[in-house]
Amino acid sequence: MESTIATNANRDNWGGGKDKPLGASYGKMMMWFFILSDALTFSGFLGAYGFMRFKFIDSWPIADEVFTHFPFLHGVHAPMYYVALMTFILIFSSVTMVLAVDAGHQMNKAKVTFYMFLTIIGGAIFLGSQAWEWKNFIGGSYGAIQLNDGKIIQFVNASGDQITLESFAKPLDSERTQHIKSKGLWFVEEAALPAITLNEVIEGFKAHPEITIRTEQVNPELKGKTIIPRVNAMAYLNESKAVVVGANLQVNEYGKSLFADFFFFITGFHGFHVLSGVIINIIIFFNVIIGTYERRNSYEMVEKVGLYWHFVDLVWVFVFTFFYLV
Amino acid sequence: MAHTQEHTSHTKLIWKVFGILSVITLVEVILGIIKPESLHLTHFLGTSILNIIFLVLTLVKAYYITWFFMHMADEKKNLRRAVVWTAIFLICYLATLLLIEGSYIHDVLGPLTKWNY
Repeated sequence: MESTIATNANRDNWGGGKDKPLGASYGKMMMWFFILSDALTFSGFLGAYGFMRFKFIDSWPIADEVFTHFPFLHGVHAPMYYVALMTFILIFSSVTMVLAVDAGHQMNKAKVTFYMFLTIIGGAIFLGSQAWEWKNFIGGSYGAIQLNDGKIIQFVNASGDQITLESFAKPLDSERTQHIKSKGLWFVEEAALPAITLNEVIEGFKAHPEITIRTEQVNPELKGKTIIPRVNAMAYLNESKAVVVGANLQVNEYGKSLFADFFFFITGFHGFHVLSGVIINIIIFFNVIIGTYERRNSYEMVEKVGLYWHFVDLVWVFVFTFFYLV
Repeated sequence: MAHTQEHTSHTKLIWKVFGILSVITLVEVILGIIKPESLHLTHFLGTSILNIIFLVLTLVKAYYITWFFMHMADEKKNLRRAVVWTAIFLICYLATLLLIEGSYIHDVLGPLTKWNY
């Protein structure tokens, strides 16, 4: 029994922090092993993402065509710029964190406070950027049609560039309004109707001879989506099921629903890490201000929270590569 | 703590590492925007040469963050190996099996997907 129960007799087995196995204090070593386990969790997620990408290697959405927004540049095709900015914000907050740790080694309270403050600001800016990224992803930019078998069809102009549904859909007067309680239909429930109906899209398509469609299928030689000649397009549109604008967990205008699912899950899980990192940073920041570590004569807590913060940056480096570059 | 007294400021090294990380990120972004056809439209080790370049640059970035920002370089060799080798072994193992399996499922499933109507 004694071997399994923590009693007073064996309380000092670890040494209470005096002994330093592997040359690191208990807290720092455990932070390293926590980071190791968290890294394996993220590899599990990214590995699953890679598995699905290889499974649908011939029809996965192309990141450059999905993430094209930049603040204050409406309608400008700006792939990668925004996420590159986010990467720089996070790397920079990593730099201020390591400067705080460095100042802590010199017991310089004022400098630690200042750099911790900058780190927290950087983390907050990153979180705001991610919220904006999600807003654009959920809102969508072009809109698409979902076929009966779940495939996504997008519309392109004569030069092969994607166009919005609004730009060609033909407004029809046969509008149906949403069934809601206040209109007397208390016995049915219905989701909000799309701004553009399927009929309007198809009629608009017929009225614009210059546009055509493209499928999710990727041309292996050119690594772009396959454009279907106009003459064959109606055969696809006859299979239409619904208008899709933006993204949710069931369907998205970019292609495979798994793409949006993994995007939400992995960037969301990372964003949650950033959020908890900011909160822990704030706690440590106030501890620095009230002089807890000054009295303790060691700023090791700043070092430990710094390890976690750098890890969050490290994960972003991989998320950036696998979601936006590769 | 003896460590505290002997510690000299690493500020110079930190800014140098920041410079290296920034340059690597810039190279990645520029390559990602241009996507040179000579690198992008190739097949090498199951993907394109461009993707291999991205992967290598990412690992270099990960090395600099772990070694110099997380101060792994200053830790004892045993701790370093316990953390780094475990991660590298398990991640390589997981990624290899998952990617081979995903690729196999594509080979089986791909031809069954209907793309013409």
